[in-house]
Amino acid sequence: MSARIAGFGATALAALALLALVPRLGNAYYLALAISLLQYTVLATAWGMFSGPTRYVSLATTAFFGVGAYTVAVLGEILPWPLVLLTAAALGAIVAGIVGLSTLRLSGVYFVIFTFGLTELIRQLVVWFEVNKSRVLGRYVFVNITQADIYWQLLVLTAAVFLLGWLIARSRLGFALRVIGEDETVAKHCGINTTFAKVALFTISATVMTLVGAIMAPRWTYIEPSIAFNSMISFQVLIMALLGGAHRLWGPVLGAVPLTLLFELLSARFPNTFTIILGCIFLLIVYMLPRGVAGLFEKLSTTAGGKPTQRVAA
Amino acid sequence: MTNAILTGLMLGGMYALIAMGLTLQYGVARIMNLSYGEFLIAAAFASHWLFTGWAISPFVGLALVVPLAFVLNFAIYKLLLTPLVRRAPNRDALEVDSILATFGLTFVIQGSMLALFGGAYYSYSFLAFPVQFLGETVAANRLAALGITILLGLALYAALTRTRAGTAVRAVAVDPFAAQLVAINVPQASALTFALGGALVAAAGVLVSTFLTFSASSGVVFTMKALIVVVMGGVGNMLGCLVAGLALGLSEALVASYVDPGLTLAVNFALFLAVLLVKPAGLLGRATR
Repeated sequence: MSARIAGFGATALAALALLALVPRLGNAYYLALAISLLQYTVLATAWGMFSGPTRYVSLATTAFFGVGAYTVAVLGEILPWPLVLLTAAALGAIVAGIVGLSTLRLSGVYFVIFTFGLTELIRQLVVWFEVNKSRVLGRYVFVNITQADIYWQLLVLTAAVFLLGWLIARSRLGFALRVIGEDETVAKHCGINTTFAKVALFTISATVMTLVGAIMAPRWTYIEPSIAFNSMISFQVLIMALLGGAHRLWGPVLGAVPLTLLFELLSARFPNTFTIILGCIFLLIVYMLPRGVAGLFEKLSTTAGGKPTQRVAA
Repeated sequence: MTNAILTGLMLGGMYALIAMGLTLQYGVARIMNLSYGEFLIAAAFASHWLFTGWAISPFVGLALVVPLAFVLNFAIYKLLLTPLVRRAPNRDALEVDSILATFGLTFVIQGSMLALFGGAYYSYSFLAFPVQFLGETVAANRLAALGITILLGLALYAALTRTRAGTAVRAVAVDPFAAQLVAINVPQASALTFALGGALVAAAGVLVSTFLTFSASSGVVFTMKALIVVVMGGVGNMLGCLVAGLALGLSEALVASYVDPGLTLAVNFALFLAVLLVKPAGLLGRATR
């Protein structure tokens, strides 16, 4: 087993080293595409880390992404870059902690409703603060960060997220979450502190999303609330994670890569009907592939191996 | 002060009307409909089109739009949502599936409206003159909308508590399995209730369009407010819907006139959280889960 892990680790490192060379290609278009791919891979994986095992649908990806981006817009020129990232991560964790502690103690629906409105709420608060207190709406981001820097930061974050996800899945916390996903009442009876487990993982996942927002912010140079809190991001990330299959750590990648490429193509070709097409793709996934591509692979491998298909009673 | 309270009550009445349809859809048909606000905006656009294109008064427009919405929502339930109901092993799984499906539907409807009408804000002037009411000056269209809201609410309440079909609907809301034991056709009742909820939100959309400006992308806010009112009042509870709607409207109007109009959503959420922390089942709801 440990030999397998070592081999897998070596392959991952080699892949990482190869991917790190992408900016050296010197093609701005491919670099931009690679940044989009990494961005959505991290966001979808982070989404799946929490929502996959617990089956609590979070619609607040944009809210955290926006908090990160806006932190950079406000502090980018004042503090050194690592400190800016740290502040963004801390802010994201605090917001996630508050949201988690107030809604995750209750039934899952309240959590969904709250995350559905969270983006709008934070956007309104930011606008209110900017209009009344700081008296600027829309800020310029002048930081000395190139596209290649953004790419490398995202790559490191991707590696970190996968490592973290792998470690969590092997820990007591990960096991507790899987039990909660199967049956929350049983989890409570086993002595699992369900609220703590849920809030902890939600906070971790949200912190990662906030970091992505912060890292991506220098790409825009001009940021206003409607750009930072664009609800399409929540939607796209949700589609990707579901297509890939959120119950596996490696599932969301399988959705993020093809869909980022597809969205790139569609938004250029059909800018006006893009939203409708997105909605239709999403509906197709919900109806045809409820367990995602990962679920499809598992089904194929179990039937090919001749093993009896196990059905987990939900 | 009286002005703020009057505005708040009118706003609250509107929220109660908006939320009534959702409490039916969620409480009885068990569908958590995230595309709810989009249906409201679609009805508002229909009313706008009827009024500006054909000079049909919104009150006559109600008679056209509401039955159409009923049929449309019935079809949506039968075609899109029945497969999910059949597939779901339990109530929680149906909730997750319906959230996802209607979330996708949101973007289909919103995208269609954006393609048809663009992102601009729309409004039309109907009954836009001031009248004296309880010593305060209010807009006639708001007052008319409030009157119709009250009529609709009373009619719905009477239908649910005084008729056989209404009793069946309430039975399904309490326990879908036990309802089958007393020969209630639960799938049929669910479909009809979902459609009724859709008809109600269409009525709300037509009424809202007479006094509010709206755009293709403003549906999310209405969904949000309806969800908050439904959960605050207790899922499936008509009276709770009214109480929560009025509370929300009043708090919003008071904050808008005394603190800052930019903080209304924050107040909504604060109220929502406060109610959830004290009474998780809602103001008038009974703890069942």
